[in-house]
Amino acid sequence: MDALTIVAVIVYLLATCFLGYLGYRQTKTAADYLVAGRSASPLVMALSYGATFISTSAIVGFGGVAANLGMGLLWLTVLNIFVGIFIAFVFLGGATRRMGHHLDAHTFPELLGKRYDSRALQIITGLIIFLFMPLYAMAVMLGMAQFLSNQFVVSLNVSLLICAIIVALYVIAGGLKGVMLTDALQGTIMLAGMILLLVVTYVKLGGVTAAHQALTDMSGQVPKPLQAMGHQGWTSMPAFGWAKPGAADGHRYDLWWTMVTTIVMGVGIGVLAQPQLIVRFMTVKSRQSLNRAAMAGGIFILFMTGVAFVTGALSNAYFVQKEEIKCKVITDQAWFFADAKDKGILKELPAGADPKTTPGGARFVAYRLLHEREDQSAHYVLWTPKTSIVLGAGDEPDLLRPGLIGIARSIGPGTTMKGDVDRIIPRYVESALPRWFSVIFLLTLLSAAMSTMSSQFHTMGTAIGRDVFEQVTHHHAGKTILITRIGILIGIVAALVAGYFIRSNVIALATAIFFGLCAASFLPAFVLGLFWRRMNKQAAVSSMLVGFLVSLFWNVFVNLKVADSVGLCKAMFAGRSTPVPQNWSVTWNVVDPLVVALPLAVVTAVVVALATRPMDSAHVAHVFGGAKPKA
Amino acid sequence: MLGIADKWVLLAYVLSILSAILCVVYGWRTWNKGDEPVKQEDVQWAKEEKEEVEETL
Repeated sequence: MDALTIVAVIVYLLATCFLGYLGYRQTKTAADYLVAGRSASPLVMALSYGATFISTSAIVGFGGVAANLGMGLLWLTVLNIFVGIFIAFVFLGGATRRMGHHLDAHTFPELLGKRYDSRALQIITGLIIFLFMPLYAMAVMLGMAQFLSNQFVVSLNVSLLICAIIVALYVIAGGLKGVMLTDALQGTIMLAGMILLLVVTYVKLGGVTAAHQALTDMSGQVPKPLQAMGHQGWTSMPAFGWAKPGAADGHRYDLWWTMVTTIVMGVGIGVLAQPQLIVRFMTVKSRQSLNRAAMAGGIFILFMTGVAFVTGALSNAYFVQKEEIKCKVITDQAWFFADAKDKGILKELPAGADPKTTPGGARFVAYRLLHEREDQSAHYVLWTPKTSIVLGAGDEPDLLRPGLIGIARSIGPGTTMKGDVDRIIPRYVESALPRWFSVIFLLTLLSAAMSTMSSQFHTMGTAIGRDVFEQVTHHHAGKTILITRIGILIGIVAALVAGYFIRSNVIALATAIFFGLCAASFLPAFVLGLFWRRMNKQAAVSSMLVGFLVSLFWNVFVNLKVADSVGLCKAMFAGRSTPVPQNWSVTWNVVDPLVVALPLAVVTAVVVALATRPMDSAHVAHVFGGAKPKA
Repeated sequence: MLGIADKWVLLAYVLSILSAILCVVYGWRTWNKGDEPVKQEDVQWAKEEKEEVEETL
C-alpha cells in the first residue's frame, strides 16, 4: 500500500467518523428530522437511499457480468431506475410511510405483521430475512474484498478478513444508525467515482460511438463456449429461444434466460421487496420529499449501474486494443495447472513436474508494477500467442500487451481456466486508470459497501431481535437489544464465512438469488397489503409460503447453476444435478425461480383472499387510516 | 446507431437515460406537491424509532 492510498483511506475514515460524530451530537438520523417535523434535503435523502440501494455487488459483481455478457445488462439499469426509483418512490413510498407510521411499524416484518394482524407472519418474515440476507451481505463484502485483493496483491482470504474488521469497527462506531450526512458523503463519493470512470473509459476508447463500435467489431472474439450459449457480441442481446428437447445445440439460449430472468428481472423487480429499502420510506416526512428525491435518485442510479454496465462491457475493447502494462516482467514462463478441466483451481506445479506435459497446465507471464516492491507478490496474466512483451533497456520499464478479453484477463492463480467475472472490474481499474483514480475508486467501493452493509446488518439484527425473539418470547427492551446485537455479529460472521467458501463468479448470482427470493416471498403480501383492503392474513401467509418454497425448490432442484453449487439434488438423485426429466428442454434449467414463483405467489394471494373471509372491518379501517379498534 | 449493433441493446441504452429524465421531470413538476402536515403519529413513530431501534445499534 503506498502513501497516497494510506492518506486517502485515513482521510475518508476520519471524514466518516466526523460526520458520524456530528450526527451523534446534533442527532441527524432520518428519525431526528421527523421528530423535529422537518425533512432532510431531497438531495441528501436521494443520495442516502441510492447509497443503500447500490453496493459493490452492483459495481464489481454486475459490472463483471456485463464485461462477460455485454451491454444487454443495461435493461437492468432501465428497471433499476423505472421500477427501483420511479415506481418505488411515486407509488409505493407514500403508502408505505403512511401505513408504517399509522400502525407504528419500525421494520418490514413488523409492517406485515401489523397489517395482517399476524404475529406468525412477522416471525416468518424475520426468519427469512435473517437466514438469507447474509448471502447478499457476502456478495457486497466479496465485491470490496476482490478489489482490495487485486489492488494490494494480497489473497482474497486476507482481504475478506480486512473487510470484516472494517465492518465491525464501523458497527461499533455506530455506523448502523444511518446518519444521513454519512450516507450522503458516501453517495457523493460514489457518484464522483463512477462519473470519472465513465469519462475516462470513453476518452480512452475515442468517444462514445467509437468505443461502442470498437466493441461491436469484436463480436468474432467471443469465446466458443459463450457462443454455444447464445453470446452474439458485447453490443447484442444473447440469442433468444427455447431449446428443443434433446437438441444438439440445447444450450443455445442459456445466456438470454440467465441475463433476462435472473439478472434483469430478479434484481430489477426484487428491489421493490428489499426490507432495508422499504423501511427507508417510513423515515421521510411527506410524499413531497419522495417526489423531490425521485429527481436525484434517477440520476444517481443511472450513474451507478448504467456506468458499471457500460464500462464493464467496454473493458473488453480496452483490454484487447489498448492495454499496455508498464512493468517489470519477471518471467513469461510461469506455469500453473488445474487438476480438473474447467472446474479445477489453478495451482502451482509440483516441484520437478514438466509444465508442458502436465495435464491442465497453463502458461502465464509474471510481472510486477513499477511502484511495487520486489518482495511483493507478482501479478499474472495468461500467455497466448498474441501476448507481446517488449523488454525495456536498462532501467526502462518493460511493456506487456496481453491482448485478452476481460474474462480471459481475469484468469490467474486461484481461478479456474474459465476465469472469474468478479475480478474483471478490479483488473480494469488497475490497468486502465491512473493510480490516483484507483485510490478514488477504492473509496467509491468502500462507500458503496459500507452504506449497503450498514443497512443490511441493521435489518438482520432487528429481524432476529425485534421480529423473531421479541414476538416469540414477549420479552422486551434489554434482552431484545442483546439479541439484536448478537444477530448483527452472526450476520457479519456468516457473510465472512460464506465469502470464504463460495468465492468466484458469485457476487451477482448471490445478489440475484436473494432479490428473487425476496420478490417471490414478500412482494404480493407487501404491495397488495398496501392497496387492497380485501387482502387478508390467510392470503398473505399462503402467498409468502408458496413464493418462498417454490423459489427455494426451483433454486435447489431446477436452476442448474444454483442446484449444482448446493449439491442437495446430486446427493438425493444419484449424482444428477436436477430431477428435470432428461427428455425435457434444457432451457428449463436456466429459467430463474422468480419467473415461476412470483406469478404463483400473486395468484395464490388473490385466490385465497377472494376465497376466504375478509379481515375484521374495524381492523381494515384502522390499517387504512382509521382509529384503532377497541380490544 | 451510437455504434451499438442490436436495436434491443440500443433501446436499453436510450431507455435508461430516458428513465432518469422521467424521474427528473417528475420531481421538477411535483416539487411543491404532496406536502403533508406532520401528525402526532408521525412524531411518535420517529421518537420510538430513536428510542427502540437506533438505541440498540
